[in-house]
Amino acid sequence: MKIALPVTENHSGGNVCPSFGRAPYYLFYDPDLEQENYLENPAANSPGGAGIQAAQFLVNQKATVVLTPRLGENAAQVLKGAALLIYQTNSESIQESILAFQENRLNPLDEIHPGFHNHGEK
Amino acid sequence: MRIAVLSGKGGTGKTLLSVNLAAAAKESVYVDCDVEEPNGHLYFKPLIITVEKVHVPLPVVDPGKCTGCGKCVDFCQFHALAHTGKSLIIFEDICHSCGGCLLVCPENALTEKDKEVGQVTLGISEQVTVLSGEMNIGEASGIPLIHKLLENATTYKNYTFVDCPPGSACIVMESIQDADYCLLVAEPTIFGAHNLAMVADLVSLFSIPFGVVLNKDLPGENPSEAYCKEKGFPILARIPFDQKLGEINAQGKILVREDSKWEKIFSHILDTIHREVKHETIAHSKR
Repeated sequence: MKIALPVTENHSGGNVCPSFGRAPYYLFYDPDLEQENYLENPAANSPGGAGIQAAQFLVNQKATVVLTPRLGENAAQVLKGAALLIYQTNSESIQESILAFQENRLNPLDEIHPGFHNHGEK
Repeated sequence: MRIAVLSGKGGTGKTLLSVNLAAAAKESVYVDCDVEEPNGHLYFKPLIITVEKVHVPLPVVDPGKCTGCGKCVDFCQFHALAHTGKSLIIFEDICHSCGGCLLVCPENALTEKDKEVGQVTLGISEQVTVLSGEMNIGEASGIPLIHKLLENATTYKNYTFVDCPPGSACIVMESIQDADYCLLVAEPTIFGAHNLAMVADLVSLFSIPFGVVLNKDLPGENPSEAYCKEKGFPILARIPFDQKLGEINAQGKILVREDSKWEKIFSHILDTIHREVKHETIAHSKR
């Protein structure tokens, strides 16, 4: 199992990032090996399609579970297409979010927002 | 001679100026590039001669041929493609129809289909040829329509006035691309001056000669005028703030066709612009 979370810093001192596609970093956590890996989100400064690009990054990194406070519909389509499990976090704390997932306290994320596309012009 | 009329801020007077200049020029072409909310036709009420549907190509994947190599995903700068490991997802609203994914696919798994995005019309109003575009509801980008409008406009050799969309984004850049001259309309507000500065930067980037028309001109403070003076931008004309003008315009009527007073004013503006454009485009071509 490989858990991915959008996070604000590239170390354990950060928080869960409220944005999925434009989070500066992702934490990839392997609970079996208790291994943490912080990677830069290649989509963080993308001019458009950030959610899709970020979701593709998670798929390429072979994540199997995504813990995120929210998710846009395009990103959700990619993640669901790759059969990732998506759960909604309700805490800013990374440690608490992972613990809550492991204790089955998180709900599957079913509230997908329509995204923030086209707020500028293409 | 193609003259683009732009302003940055909406409601500044792009349509007022371009419609009345085209009407004052008599034999001319008016192109409404504000395809998201075209309104020039409300003034010209043109007799529609032709209606043309506009399509864009979109990629289609043959799942039997796609190996999931990800080359198209990596290539697309708009991230309109994603591969889940099982299948390729194409986000049609994000695709800019560049066709690049077809070129990079080593398996020839991608082909193209046409999607209708709107229509362009050609109409006549007295001696003015009116080209107008309208996007289909829900479409994300009007750029394909602007392409088609400006392509159709190249068949005319007389004065062409391009009524641009507001702002300074891609859709405006498309509209001014082949303009010989840009007219920047500005109103006497701080917001107006700010947006004038944005479009002045844009047309400078395109190296298109430009001049400013001050609309809703009143005695007293005018931040847009002050900005022009500070930057040394030529002020070609002033359209006075006038209640009668507002009334005629609000009725969807063309000022120069209603009243000889306005015909004189806009013909004079046209003459000034004509001289400036001739001068500037000659000077510009020598640079």
